[in-house]
Amino acid sequence: MGLNSLTIHEAKEGLKNKKFSALELTKSCLEAIKKNNQLINAFITVSEKEALEQAQKADLLLKDDQDLPLLGIPIALKDLYLTKGIKTTAASKVLADYIPQYDATVVKKLKNAGAVILGKTNCDAWAHGSSGENSDFGPTKNPWNIKYVPGGSSSGSAASIASRMCLAATGTDTGGSIRLPASFCNLVGLKPTYGRVSRYGIIAMASSLDSIGHFTKTVEDSALFLSVTAGKDDYDAVTPTVAVPDYSQNLKNGVKGIKIGIPKEYFIQGLDPRMKKIIENAIEFYRKNGAEIIEVSLPHTEYANACYYIIQPAEVSSNLARYDGIRYGNKREDFGDEAKRRIMLGTFTLSVGYYDAYYKKAMQVRTLIKKDFDEAFQKVDVLMTPVSPTPPWRLGEKVDDPLKMYLSDIFTVTANLTGIPGLSLPIGFIDGLPVGMQILGPQFSEELLFRVAYAYEQQNKFYEKTANL
Amino acid sequence: MKIDVLHIAKLASLKITKNEIDKFESQLSSILDYIKKLQEVKTENIQATSKVTDLENITREDETISSFSQTEAISGTKSQHNGLFKTKLILE
Repeated sequence: MGLNSLTIHEAKEGLKNKKFSALELTKSCLEAIKKNNQLINAFITVSEKEALEQAQKADLLLKDDQDLPLLGIPIALKDLYLTKGIKTTAASKVLADYIPQYDATVVKKLKNAGAVILGKTNCDAWAHGSSGENSDFGPTKNPWNIKYVPGGSSSGSAASIASRMCLAATGTDTGGSIRLPASFCNLVGLKPTYGRVSRYGIIAMASSLDSIGHFTKTVEDSALFLSVTAGKDDYDAVTPTVAVPDYSQNLKNGVKGIKIGIPKEYFIQGLDPRMKKIIENAIEFYRKNGAEIIEVSLPHTEYANACYYIIQPAEVSSNLARYDGIRYGNKREDFGDEAKRRIMLGTFTLSVGYYDAYYKKAMQVRTLIKKDFDEAFQKVDVLMTPVSPTPPWRLGEKVDDPLKMYLSDIFTVTANLTGIPGLSLPIGFIDGLPVGMQILGPQFSEELLFRVAYAYEQQNKFYEKTANL
Repeated sequence: MKIDVLHIAKLASLKITKNEIDKFESQLSSILDYIKKLQEVKTENIQATSKVTDLENITREDETISSFSQTEAISGTKSQHNGLFKTKLILE
């Protein structure tokens, strides 16, 4: 197992103790990319020259015993993150040769933390999708079984870590686009609280729903990564001045006395019974280890997906209006089918005569959904639910039926509608394909999510398993 | 529920070909049938939620800060003239 298989913490330890150099670590990842990217299609752009330069700079700083949080750690960025001088496409033909003139705030933060950026990962174009199949650059394959989807929309970011091309990767989560692929690829996926991480310089999908998060192999790594990306940003007006705690501090405190809510509406008939069993085993672990398991009800759950698929396309239609091909990018004719569908859906629900029945109604239902969660969090500290109603599906299985694809989001959209954080944790496998569980908490409770996830993670250590490529 | 695809496409500045009309009409119609579900929910006197934070009117000091140079600003366009964006005629 090469250096590219290390966790961030293992790599930091190795670099500090001079077991290997940052250059060797980055080269190990670049080799994995060269070997497997043609098959997996995780990366759209590999910035090899820049990565090697950054790794060499990191080695100089390491020699000086500099201690930056991600010094020398090779990571990948979802191709929605603007990177100065490096092509950023949103996986769409519209931006096929767009080269940004500035870095996203998060990109600046990661660079300042010493991270080495390997390249830009594939995704559903404009983040419109749950499988990675809506990319204009070809679908990404699930490294655990290449006939299956890795989940989307942050498909490439998930697949890149699962195939050991990098140690961590960034994503966006507007309706589940980090949590779903994390659960399909045996990774920890964090959707932070809305506004916890700056959206500046990240191509907008739905501005009241977009959450900026990341993938790692372990909970510990995820906590470290968030401590780098979180914080108020003057360039994103909805980042509040909530302090950024030390997310690793209480990681190992266990779960005694923690109240875990199990919302009955998430364990409905449509949930795959094998997944239900695996999640029930996890819940039993928490019960045995001192947590209080409480059944709760989120009565408006069945309306969340419909609510989301009105609000999100409406905001998408507004955000994608800027792509006029005049100042940058190609013509609007180059939008793919899914982008066109969502723009049209949004335009329709916002138009005269339909606004009240659709968009205003959805905004009111959003209030009721948020109220459900606020009331639940009076009774419990966190909620535990499935991420997906089914295990990963085969490539091509849902592409011809947009509505079928939208139904994969039923358990994840609520976190975006309410602005709360959600963490997807690997909890097992079905026929060799990973299964995840979602832990949701009140706004700004990421520290608690990490603590709860860590306990079960250490029981199973699924991050030690590697996909056979 | 049927959407007038050509009308909506015009509002959204999208070009839909004749071949595509049926496909989009059928797909959008089934999506609209699904989201109609929300009509079941009682929402009289319920406030609309448009944001999930309580932040409002975030301002900064009215001070000039650095921005793009002209070269950077026009670096992405395929159509420019004398350092300006060149577009189609809008008004006659």
